[in-house]
Amino acid sequence: MSTVAELQVGELLKEIQLKPVSRLDLIKYAGASGDFNPIHTIDDEAEKAGLPGIIAHGMWTMGNLAKLFTEYYEDGFIQDYSIRFKGMVFLTDVITLKATLKEKQEHKLRFNVQAVNQQGNDVLKGEVVFYYY
Amino acid sequence: MLKEQIGKQSDKVKNVVERGAVKKFAEAIGDLHPIFFDEDTGRLSRYKNNIAPPTFPRVFDYGAIEGLNLPNKGLIHGEQTFHYVRPLLVGEEVYCYSIVKKYFEKKGNFGQMGFLVLESFGEDSKGTTVFSSTSTIVISEAVRKVLNR
Repeated sequence: MSTVAELQVGELLKEIQLKPVSRLDLIKYAGASGDFNPIHTIDDEAEKAGLPGIIAHGMWTMGNLAKLFTEYYEDGFIQDYSIRFKGMVFLTDVITLKATLKEKQEHKLRFNVQAVNQQGNDVLKGEVVFYYY
Repeated sequence: MLKEQIGKQSDKVKNVVERGAVKKFAEAIGDLHPIFFDEDTGRLSRYKNNIAPPTFPRVFDYGAIEGLNLPNKGLIHGEQTFHYVRPLLVGEEVYCYSIVKKYFEKKGNFGQMGFLVLESFGEDSKGTTVFSSTSTIVISEAVRKVLNR
């Protein structure tokens, strides 16, 4: 494994494609996070809220995306992580997680990050500043 | 009115970065890396401990902000940020609180939308900030009408 600091501007970390989103994924996240807003787990509640079906917690997707950086824990850590939630994630959606190095400074790697659905639309977008020792 | 809540803050609440909670959280986001739960991996790492995933602070109790009564339905999470001084260590105590940072309204696709920015902090037992986060919550006109009643 190469260190993250060897990356060049414009290069991507290894992409991750998630398995199709399942109800159980969201039930697990509800339990683990304590976010029991029923639009994420119960069809009727999602419909009452005017949605076509249950949607993933934005924080579920944001949490997933951070794993692009986990293997580099010996090199550094995520110092800043900012996300704008752009679109909803529905059951069976296939989400791909991406991080592209945008800028390199001493001890700081600035990445553009995004989660993209199977239609190619961004469901979230933002930035990670990875501090490297 | 939400504007009147700006500057209000919750009392600090003691939280513990619980080992079991970290593992369950890592599982739920599909990030079961041993640095989060395997004690040997933690001990041999530069942190000499297991660490928590960066979005783990979602789990913490930040205390209630008096007078801020948000419904648990009809809110949209618009933006989220985290800033870390260092990773959170499994087993440590973190004192957490939130403050209402901003509130403003903007015309959007669904009428006059409200944007509430909550800033949250986690401090170690010496009072040094370990992380801070901001959550932007979008509140539709319909939900706001109920709140203002």
